[in-house]
Amino acid sequence: MQLFNHIGRYFMLVRAAFRKPERWGLLFRLTVIEIDKIGVQSLGIVSLLSLFMGAVICIQTAAQIDSGWIPLYTIGFTVRQTMILEFAPTMIPVIMAGKVGSNISSEIGTMRISEQIDALDIMGVNSAGYLILPKIIAAVFIFPFLIVCGMFLGITSGALIGELGGVISFADYQTGIQYDFRPFQVAYALIKTLVFAFIIVTVSSYTGYYTRGGALEVGQASTQAVVYSIVLIMVSNLILTQLLLT
Amino acid sequence: MIEVKNVDKSFGDVHVLRNANVCFEKGKVNFIIGRSGSGKSVLTKCIVGLVEVNKGSILFDGRDFTSMSNIERKEIRKEIGMLFQGGALFDSMTVEENVAFPLNMFSYATEKERKERVAFCLERVQLKGAEKRYPAEISGGMQKRVGIARAIAMNPRYLFCDEPNSGLDPQTAIVIDNLIREITYEYDTTTIVVSHDMNSVIEIGDNINFVNEGTIWWSGDKNEILRTNNKELNDFVYASDFMKIIRKNL
Repeated sequence: MQLFNHIGRYFMLVRAAFRKPERWGLLFRLTVIEIDKIGVQSLGIVSLLSLFMGAVICIQTAAQIDSGWIPLYTIGFTVRQTMILEFAPTMIPVIMAGKVGSNISSEIGTMRISEQIDALDIMGVNSAGYLILPKIIAAVFIFPFLIVCGMFLGITSGALIGELGGVISFADYQTGIQYDFRPFQVAYALIKTLVFAFIIVTVSSYTGYYTRGGALEVGQASTQAVVYSIVLIMVSNLILTQLLLT
Repeated sequence: MIEVKNVDKSFGDVHVLRNANVCFEKGKVNFIIGRSGSGKSVLTKCIVGLVEVNKGSILFDGRDFTSMSNIERKEIRKEIGMLFQGGALFDSMTVEENVAFPLNMFSYATEKERKERVAFCLERVQLKGAEKRYPAEISGGMQKRVGIARAIAMNPRYLFCDEPNSGLDPQTAIVIDNLIREITYEYDTTTIVVSHDMNSVIEIGDNINFVNEGTIWWSGDKNEILRTNNKELNDFVYASDFMKIIRKNL
């Protein structure tokens, strides 16, 4: 019963967030600020993770290939497929759920317990729209850029480590990353990314918006935001993969 | 004027308000006092629409707030200014931006006019010079004054103050009390103050409403409250030794 209550309140909050904004100009300004907070400030961690993951996948795949029958370009192919299909569109959002999701939840949760959201409501401001909509737009807009960036850096770092470590020549790697390339797989990755971006922002906003109590509860809401977001990302990942790739 | 008529409110099995009836007059400082858990905060939240009533009606100058749609309520909300217990200032905004917030959201005045209004409101609460500071960089008393400046920015017809003196030293509390009184008389607002502070009640209360067991137990002015024979109210008013001394000297 509690679950249905949460689901109902979640959808009501999302609906409230999408009501017509009081000021379009203000929505634009807030969205730009959120793009910086959610996207630009996450570029460092996304780049770092992608660089190391691409390199590690390259080395690990090379270590598995001890048969002369398997061509070396398989390494490039594997790095590309892993980065495009799973690491960039799924694992980066999981990490972002930890970084961005907890931040959103604690920010909105603190506003709730310090009565700032009540102040917005009493003024006649649609608090859900004012606080959540710019974050949704920003995340849905900027996540695909982060993910494409992650794909590019991961594949590039695989090429670099392969060449510098003597694992695979650049020519073989290039053959691998071009082999059987299906552009739809990038589209699939981007579709997943958009859904995950929406989940992270709305779920984190939900846990923050309905926080009651004090600092302890804000911390709990923040943890819940990360856990629920990751669970929903995993479930929707399975559903979307089933729908789009089979 | 705000009228509360036959308002009931319960949370599950807990009845917080029972048939509450009260009238808050225009141009006067109306107090809601009562013990913790008596229902005064819920009553205030019902009046401003943060909590929906189960039964009864709340009229803002004859306009029934309880039967209005959200869009209709929005118009009344623009006429409400509220000072919160903790200030409820937006952390990410400067003092100036906090005061300008309702103007930026709802006013169609030019930027120059809005800036002038913000400057006027800050000057009114004696906070000129603090425009660029953030809430975390100013004292509790200053935060309350910024809260008042934000509350009056839109020229409200109704001013709500939730525990305006909590956490303040006696001198700062008097400054805040005087501000509330001056603004009420100057702008002819219907002011409702929720407080425990008997000093404030005696100092600036025009009408006082004592909430007990979820209903308006007693209503009167500041002279009557000191001489009432109502047991529950006397227990509340004369709880401190200081007030007991005052009673002896009455």
